[in-house]
This record gives sequence, structure tokens and C-alpha cells, in this order.
Amino acid sequence: MNGPFDFTLALADDALIAAQRLAEWTTRAPEMEEDIALANIALDQLGAARLLLSYAGELEGAGRDEDALAYLRDDREFRNALVVELPNDDFAATMAKLFFLAAYQLPLYTALAGCADERLAAIGAKARKESAYHLDHGALWVKRLGDGTEESHRRMQAAVDQVWPYTHELFAADPAAPVDPATVRPAFDEVVGPVLAEATLTQPDSAWAPAGGRAGVHTEHLAYLLAEMQVLHRAHPGAKW
Amino acid sequence: MYGNDFSAPDGATDEAPGGLLGEVEAAEAELRAAAARGRRGGPAPDEDLAAYFAEVVDAEQKIEPRDWMPDAYRRTLIRQIAQHAHSEIIGMQPEGNWISRAPSLKRKAILLAKVQDEAGHGLYLYAAAETLGISRDELVQLLLDGRQKYSSIFNYPTLSWADVGAIGWLVDGAAIVNQVPLCRCSYGPYARAMIRVCKEESFHQRQGYEILHTLAHGTPAQQAMAQDAVDRWWYPSLAMFGPPDGDSTHSAQSMAWKIKRFSNDDLRQRFVDMCVQQAEILGLRIPDADLRWNDERQAYDYTQPDYDELMQVISGNGPCNRERMAHRRAAHADGTWVREAAAAYAAKRAGQKETVAA
Repeated sequence: MNGPFDFTLALADDALIAAQRLAEWTTRAPEMEEDIALANIALDQLGAARLLLSYAGELEGAGRDEDALAYLRDDREFRNALVVELPNDDFAATMAKLFFLAAYQLPLYTALAGCADERLAAIGAKARKESAYHLDHGALWVKRLGDGTEESHRRMQAAVDQVWPYTHELFAADPAAPVDPATVRPAFDEVVGPVLAEATLTQPDSAWAPAGGRAGVHTEHLAYLLAEMQVLHRAHPGAKW
Repeated sequence: MYGNDFSAPDGATDEAPGGLLGEVEAAEAELRAAAARGRRGGPAPDEDLAAYFAEVVDAEQKIEPRDWMPDAYRRTLIRQIAQHAHSEIIGMQPEGNWISRAPSLKRKAILLAKVQDEAGHGLYLYAAAETLGISRDELVQLLLDGRQKYSSIFNYPTLSWADVGAIGWLVDGAAIVNQVPLCRCSYGPYARAMIRVCKEESFHQRQGYEILHTLAHGTPAQQAMAQDAVDRWWYPSLAMFGPPDGDSTHSAQSMAWKIKRFSNDDLRQRFVDMCVQQAEILGLRIPDADLRWNDERQAYDYTQPDYDELMQVISGNGPCNRERMAHRRAAHADGTWVREAAAAYAAKRAGQKETVAA
């Protein structure tokens, strides 16, 4: 990545695709309170995505607004990390993704709140409060499921094992960015380690670190997600909604 | 959202000024005034409890959970509030169907928040039902077993984005017309819940109206989409008020108890009269060739919905009954291991606390 446009777009796409996946849980959550909580988190991510996309459009200066960027780019132009586009799978996998993503977004947004770019700083200041709640919520479920029943422990460990390799991509160094993601890795590790331990879960030790999202090389899943998300907007070129 | 298509009241009609939201606010003021007036003290030791109950209801005071009430009153309320709660929960599905495909990020956010509101209404109403001595788990089981119903309108499919607008304008609109009188229901917790729900529903209705307005003033394809949605949702929305008054069952009692205050046909008429003008502003056609102003009645004449179809949908044979129930049952079943884990974790935590305390 280079420059604030790519950086802003990467953050925006993380938030947008995470929102799209979380919203898939609506009407499907394990309990009604959780349906509301997941919708809340999806709305937070969507709100951050809209602010970031709008700003990215301004930085680019080509007249693209939030909808042009969300609906009229193909998968190769999306810059989100792979972890947010993975299918929801079961509730444990969703909680693993929520927890790891929040443990990354919270220190990132916190650092962003103090960066020199005023617009990004304002977005970071708003989003970090929401990320703190996402982190609480994710950590609580990781502990409940990890230290719940035998089955939930098995599922939660499998989810952590499955998602963990994808977290490394989030911290790829980008020294030119307003906040270098590599610098928030220690904060992530500080939060994640103790929660996994309390949840009686083992932190995976895998050398596999899939990546490519920041360069627009995604998993097979993203194109399907986008096909669904963009279908109506693209079917009516130029229409107002 | 909620219809009146599972049981049927009858009675008189009147019109309060200030529109439907005005009525909600009037009901809220009435509620406060009643609370400020205070009820007479509790029944005397030798007083007939039924007579005391009737006196409280007649005086437009509220019955509260701790009060004695006739068993049938309790049963009626449990059934009605539970059906209302189930309707909110099942009602999330047809609109939830369009969250992933919402055509702009703003619309996606609004729709997601709306569906979330419905979940909130469901929880709020289950809590109101619980004040009558039944648990939410029991009520949810009754829904899953098919022993309690939900509003039949949600058994119709949402085939286009415009359906989201039509549901907001027509279905939420009908629900509000139906629910506003419930803000004055004699049972306090239900009346208070309805005041809050009606305010939010009114917001939803405006959002739906705005979606349709944008489509109706958009491209020819968008206009066609909007008209098609109104064509499909108009009559099912009329049917939300339930069977015609002549076919009503056990409603006189609900009227006497002041659980209900207006008849199905009166509410339906009120809804039609409200929609005609709004449809004109939208530039959309209500699909009824016989719709016309009746100067004598000071109301619109209109074509009745197909009540045979309504009965078919209520009995389980609507286009989506099976899907809606299968979806809810699957979500419930898929979440079992999660709920069990949460309970096990909470029990372990409670155990640890006791150990620490001891």
C-alpha cells in the first residue's frame, strides 16, 4: 500500500465487508439479544465504512462517492484483509473473527485518533469507542464458548485454529501509512493471549499466513459476497435510491 | 408490526385530532394522568374482586401485574401479546431478505436498524407478556410448535427492493392503525409497550413511504417496481385487520375489557382513508377500480380483500408459511449449543463466586 488513499480504502473495505457478513446473521442468531447485538456491531462497521469510503473518494479526487466505491468496484479492486470475507460458518467462527478483528481495530483506530490527518483522526476517535464494545462482546463469547460445554469448547478451538492464520495479514508493515499496522501488533497480542488462556483455548502456532487482500487478490468467497451486495445497484445504472 | 388477523373485536369509532402519532401522544398523556390521579385503594377484604376489577377498568385506570384479574382476561392478553411478539420476530424475515442487497449503503443502514428495532419490539413484548406469569421460553416454544400464531402478512414474499418500501408504507401503516388504540389498552404493561412501539413504527412507516417516493420518482424501471409492490401488498395489508365484523369471534369481551376499542372494519376503513391521499402524493395507483369517495359516509368505498385467501394463509397455506417457520426453527436449533454453553459458563462463574465468598 502507499499513501492515505490506499490505507483509507483498506480500512473502509475491512469495515464494509465485515458489516456485510455480520448482517447475514440477522434473524439467525442463537438468541434474540444476540441478533440485536450483531446488528449493532454490523451497523457500527457500516457507519465506519461509509465515513472511510467517503473520505477515500475525496482523497482520490475522481468523483467517486461511498456508493460508487462500494457498488461499482470488482473484487480485484477491493483492499480488505481476507479474514473479513471468510464465510460466517458457525457462531464460534463468527465470534473468533469478531474478537480478532476488534483486537486489531481498537489499537489501530486509537492510534489513528492521534494521527496528523484530521479527517482520519476524527473517524478513528469515533470508531475506537465502538471497537472497544466489539472487543468486549467478542471476548465475552470467546470465553463463554471456550469455557462452556465440551461441544462449545471443541467448536471454539476449531474456530480459533481456522481464523488465526488470517490475522497475520492485518499487521503487514506499511511504514508510509498514517498508522503503520505493524505497530499495533503488540497491543493485539496483549489482549488476545490472556482472553484465549482464560477461555481455556490454545493459541495456534501455525506458520501459514494467507494474504493478498491488500493487493486485491482475494479468496473465492469475496466475488460471491459482492455479487449479492452489488446486484441491485448495478442492475439500475445511474438510478437514485 | 402486527395485524389483527387472529381474533376480532367489534365496536364504535371516533377520530382524534393530530393524526395517529397525535393519538399515541394523547394515550401517553392519558396514561400519565391516570397514574397521577391514582386508583382508589386496593379492594376491601370482603370486596368482590371481579367487581373491583370492573370498576378499575370502567374508570379508565390500568390493571397492573400484581392485580387480581379474571383468568380469561389473563389468557386473552397472554395470547394477544405473545402473537404480537411472534409477529415482530417473524416479521424480521421478509425485510431481512433485502439487507444484503440494499441498493445504497444508506438504505442498508436504515434497513438493518429497522429490522433490529423489530427484534427489540419482540423482546419488549415478550417481557410484557412475562408480567402475566408465563416465560419467554414457553412462548417461543408455542410459536415453534405452531400452537400460537403470528400476523399472516409475513407469509408473503419480498420479491423486489420496492417491497421493503411497500412493507414500510402499507404493512407498518396498517400495524400502526391497529396498534394505536392498544396504547389505551386496560392492561398497563401492554399499553406502555404499545406507546413506545407505535412511535418507532411511525418512524418506520415514514422510511417506507420515502423509499416508495424515491422509486416512484425514479427511472421507469423503478416506477414499475414500486407499482408492482403496491399491487401485491395492498390487499394483504387490508386483510391485516382481520375478518369482517360480521364474522368476528369472542371480541365483545375484549371490547368490554378495554383490551380492544375499535372493530376490524372501522380500523380497515380508517387505513384506506389514510392511504388514498398518500398514494396520490406518491404517484402510485391503489389497485382497486372501485375505490371512490362516498360523500354520504364521508369515507372511501373500497373492495374488500379476499378473506378466503386470508383464511388459507392463517391456516398455514400462504406462500411462505413453511419457510418462515422452518427458518425460525433452524435458527433456534442451530443456537442450542451456544445457549447451553452460555448457561454452563454462567453456572461455572456462579460456582466460582460462591467458592470465593465461602
